[in-house]
Amino acid sequence: MSTAVFVTVVALSVSNAPGWPDVKQAFFDREVFDDSFPAILEAFLVNVRIFLVAEVFILVLALGLAVLRSLPGPVFFPLRLLATVYADIFRGIPTILVIYILGFGVTALQLPGVPNSPLFWGTVALVVVYTAYVSEVYRAGIESVHPSQEAAARSLGLTRFQALRFVVLPQAVRRVIPPLLNDFIGLQKDTALVALLGVVEAFRQSQIEVAATFNYTPYLATALLFVLITVPLARFTDWLTARDRKRQQAGRLA
Amino acid sequence: MTAPALAIEGLRKSFGKLEVLRGIDLALDEHEVVCLIGASGSGKSTLLRCVNLLEPIDEGRILLRGEDITAPGIDVNRVRRGIGIVFQAFNLFPHMSVLENVTLAPRKALGLSKEEAVARADELLARFGLSDKRDEYPDRLSGGQQQRVAIVRALAMQPGLLLLDEVTSALDPELVAEVLNVIRELAAEGMTMLIATHEMGFARDVAHRVCFLDEGVILEQGPPEAIFAAPQEPRTRQFLQRIVEAGRL
Ligand SMILES: Nc1ncnc2c1ncn2[C@@H]1O[C@H](COP(=O)(O)OP(=O)(O)OP(=O)(O)O)[C@@H](O)[C@H]1O
Ligand SMILES: [Mg+2]
Repeated sequence: MSTAVFVTVVALSVSNAPGWPDVKQAFFDREVFDDSFPAILEAFLVNVRIFLVAEVFILVLALGLAVLRSLPGPVFFPLRLLATVYADIFRGIPTILVIYILGFGVTALQLPGVPNSPLFWGTVALVVVYTAYVSEVYRAGIESVHPSQEAAARSLGLTRFQALRFVVLPQAVRRVIPPLLNDFIGLQKDTALVALLGVVEAFRQSQIEVAATFNYTPYLATALLFVLITVPLARFTDWLTARDRKRQQAGRLA
Repeated sequence: MTAPALAIEGLRKSFGKLEVLRGIDLALDEHEVVCLIGASGSGKSTLLRCVNLLEPIDEGRILLRGEDITAPGIDVNRVRRGIGIVFQAFNLFPHMSVLENVTLAPRKALGLSKEEAVARADELLARFGLSDKRDEYPDRLSGGQQQRVAIVRALAMQPGLLLLDEVTSALDPELVAEVLNVIRELAAEGMTMLIATHEMGFARDVAHRVCFLDEGVILEQGPPEAIFAAPQEPRTRQFLQRIVEAGRL
């Protein structure tokens, strides 16, 4: 009820604002929307494809990185150090810079046998950056599994690798699924940054449409598409979090 | 002459500056049940963890049926497969069903097929009255049931030596008996066991020999009747006195 009142009030005050007719004209043009939407939707499939491909690599590489960082003992110190430096660097550099450096820098080298497509390097840049973030999420999960679990596994004669594979990682991954999905919402949005390399994805396509029509409605159409794909992901994350909380409470009562 | 099932010789172990074990000598014959008693912090858990190679030792040797398992280059995984350990806190794997908990190590460490491992697990679960729990997850079991599953999980490896670390301390009083009965049964079958316990009545009942651990050494040992009825060392008497006052004997 209060929500309905709030929405009505906001809608009324916006539509009564002195600039509203111009804004309505520039952003909410039905005709422009209908004309530009098919092309933007098609370009949006590029975003979805970047997202899906990057996600698979990120999930695997970040897990590897997190495992490297959790290896105990002085023998693995160099590997741990390397993995830590990687995570620190790529969480530090703004994503947009990594995209520029890889997308323009590496392609300019014209290395033989190395792909030159901006789409390829844009995706690589996202993988490189998000692997650093996601490895931290995994690592928190690994550290949240009590050492007695590993001790129990090792005491049964399982190797260190088997204890990790069958006992520690399954528990760790389960616990970090909500924060992982959260990072993927961010990744989905950041696929638009690949446009900076000239890849025609949804954002770039909407720029093209805006330039052709002198109307901003295509931006709105693009925003709508991003929201449409983010909302289910966000709700799914909420649902998983709530389910885990319920399960923990049940566990405590038992 | 055959080697003892387990022989601990001059074992020393420190955590930083704290010397927890200061020269432990202890041998277990095949089928012998030895109970370790001693105050909290006297090093009972540490001793068991050393035997299972979960803690590296500083000095001394541990021999399992004559083989020095603390020698450099020993395959710790192979050694651990032959030694079962059950912890105070159960440490079941919460993401696995009872059956998966019990079959994991036989399958992955012994290389049993799934069918063989399941058959072995089902037999043990049936024996300890846990058949109806085989598909449950640990958090749906009572403490007593969880601890019995932990024992079954260790037994599924068919160990030649079982280490039990205060396996009833985390249990509600009414659940203690069901776990102790399992251990009595194992003792009756001839399982070689080294048991750290606060349950003096149980130790008197099940142990062939009781060792009193104090200040990092085994101060006094002997058959339970002797230790409990006529302790020689003043510190043993003191310890048992406190236990009696706490109403645990
Ligand atoms: N990993 C460790 N690091 C540092 N100190 C430790 C560690 N494990 C045990 N200790 C210390 O070693 C001493 C012996 O501990 P231990 O757990 O073996 O005693 P315990 O006889 O099993 O006691 P309880 O009856 O309370 O279980 C204690 O002072 C403990 O604080
Ligand atoms: Mg202890």
